[in-house]
Amino acid sequence: MPETRFTQEHEWIRMDGDTAVVGITDYAQQQLGDIVYVELPAVGKALKKGDEAAVVESVKAASEVYAPLSGTVAAVNEALAADPALVNQAAADAGWFLKLTGVAAAEFGQLMDEAAYKKYLAGLA
Amino acid sequence: MADHPPEPDSPKPDPPMPDPHELRRTPLHALHQELGAKLVPFAGYEMPVQYPAGILAEHRHCREAAGLFDVSHMGQATLTGAAAAAAFETLVPGDIAGLPVGRTRYTLFTDDEGGILDDLMVTNAGDHLFLVVNAACKADDLAHLRSRIGGRVEIRELADRSLLALQGPKAASVMARLAPQAVAMKFMSFGPAVLGGVACWLTRSGYTGEDGFEISVPADAADKVARLLLAQPEVKPIGLGARDSLRLEAGLCLYGHDIDRTTTPVEADLAWAIGKRRRAEGGFPGAAIILAQLADGAARRRVGMRLAGAAPAREQTPIVDDRGAPLGTVTSGLYGPSVGGPIAMGYVATSSAHTGATIDLVVRGQPRPATIVPLPFVPHRYHRG
Repeated sequence: MPETRFTQEHEWIRMDGDTAVVGITDYAQQQLGDIVYVELPAVGKALKKGDEAAVVESVKAASEVYAPLSGTVAAVNEALAADPALVNQAAADAGWFLKLTGVAAAEFGQLMDEAAYKKYLAGLA
Repeated sequence: MADHPPEPDSPKPDPPMPDPHELRRTPLHALHQELGAKLVPFAGYEMPVQYPAGILAEHRHCREAAGLFDVSHMGQATLTGAAAAAAFETLVPGDIAGLPVGRTRYTLFTDDEGGILDDLMVTNAGDHLFLVVNAACKADDLAHLRSRIGGRVEIRELADRSLLALQGPKAASVMARLAPQAVAMKFMSFGPAVLGGVACWLTRSGYTGEDGFEISVPADAADKVARLLLAQPEVKPIGLGARDSLRLEAGLCLYGHDIDRTTTPVEADLAWAIGKRRRAEGGFPGAAIILAQLADGAARRRVGMRLAGAAPAREQTPIVDDRGAPLGTVTSGLYGPSVGGPIAMGYVATSSAHTGATIDLVVRGQPRPATIVPLPFVPHRYHRG
């Protein structure tokens, strides 16, 4: 079972072999409301942790998604172009944003595990 | 009560001051919470931006059936006195003296430079004028009215009234059941009605491009009337999020975004709101500038824009020509749920403001192709009778 970690910016990161799959959490999609557009980076782009990686737009507003880890964009979720509402419907799987390769295991290890993220969410309520 | 004699040097405590950051609530606050609304600060009020259905579903429901909006944050006022229309005309470019009893008109408070202080609805209610102004402007509007015409006209702010809007193609079937005489009202007309035993003032108008009614109701009965309307099978609650997407698709300006003190009625393509007699006579703030722009044209004009791609262009997005030269700025932009794609309004140099002209909107540094299109984006469906 690949391990999933989380950021305070409400992204999830799932290590699949040496590839990190990145998306936004169900909490994030609920906060954003109906998602109408997702702008994804070019495949091959090198991202440093904290760089703007994607933009997710609801009817009213645009929100940036930052790279949770340093790495190279290996793939983006092309399905979001035709159906951005996938992020609302399935934030944790079919609504993934991008895949990063060349990430450092140590950086991944510093992210919150699921228990820590749940505790973090409880603190926001 | 003298357990502790006052310390001689202790300063007298200040009386409790209202916290200026504390948000005001409308009489429907409890109802919004009951309905599961997401409440956000807006113009000093805690207002529902959406309900659990979400902005897209609320928007579509209003276009297909009927939606109920709480717009109680807006300002309501009356102007009374024999001189009311003449005095009011010194502040707005609309023909108010020629407004028949029972009719409503869209007009603008202008300033001496021809800028727009607020946009508003004015009704000739017979023995008085009834005004509905924007929430964020209401304090300034009242101060402006009092300082300019307060000596000639009795000005009363109706803080004891709430405002609801019932909008959508099925609004009339709802009224047919609750207040049948309202069905005969035409677009931009005004009249009394009793809804669930509560005496209300109806205006057949709104901010969605759809048929509908704005309902002024005593604040202490607003909850009762709102619940009665929500109990009708056609009606669902609609938040400010969908209100914004509905009004933008209808090509209607949002004060503070599409119009403000830096835009004139001519630039804003609102010259239709300047009465024929007023064009000849002037006599409103900024008339020299506004009438000169009517005659000679203005340097820029508000236009509608339809983006070719899927990326929305938000307020402040630069508008450029095909060589990248600046043409203007987006003032409102979002995904239009009924249009099925991103739409925007903004100001463009008049020389380039032609329907069909192709332009670029620079979103996050990327030029995104767009076309200037006629407004509204979605045809109005007013009940013109």
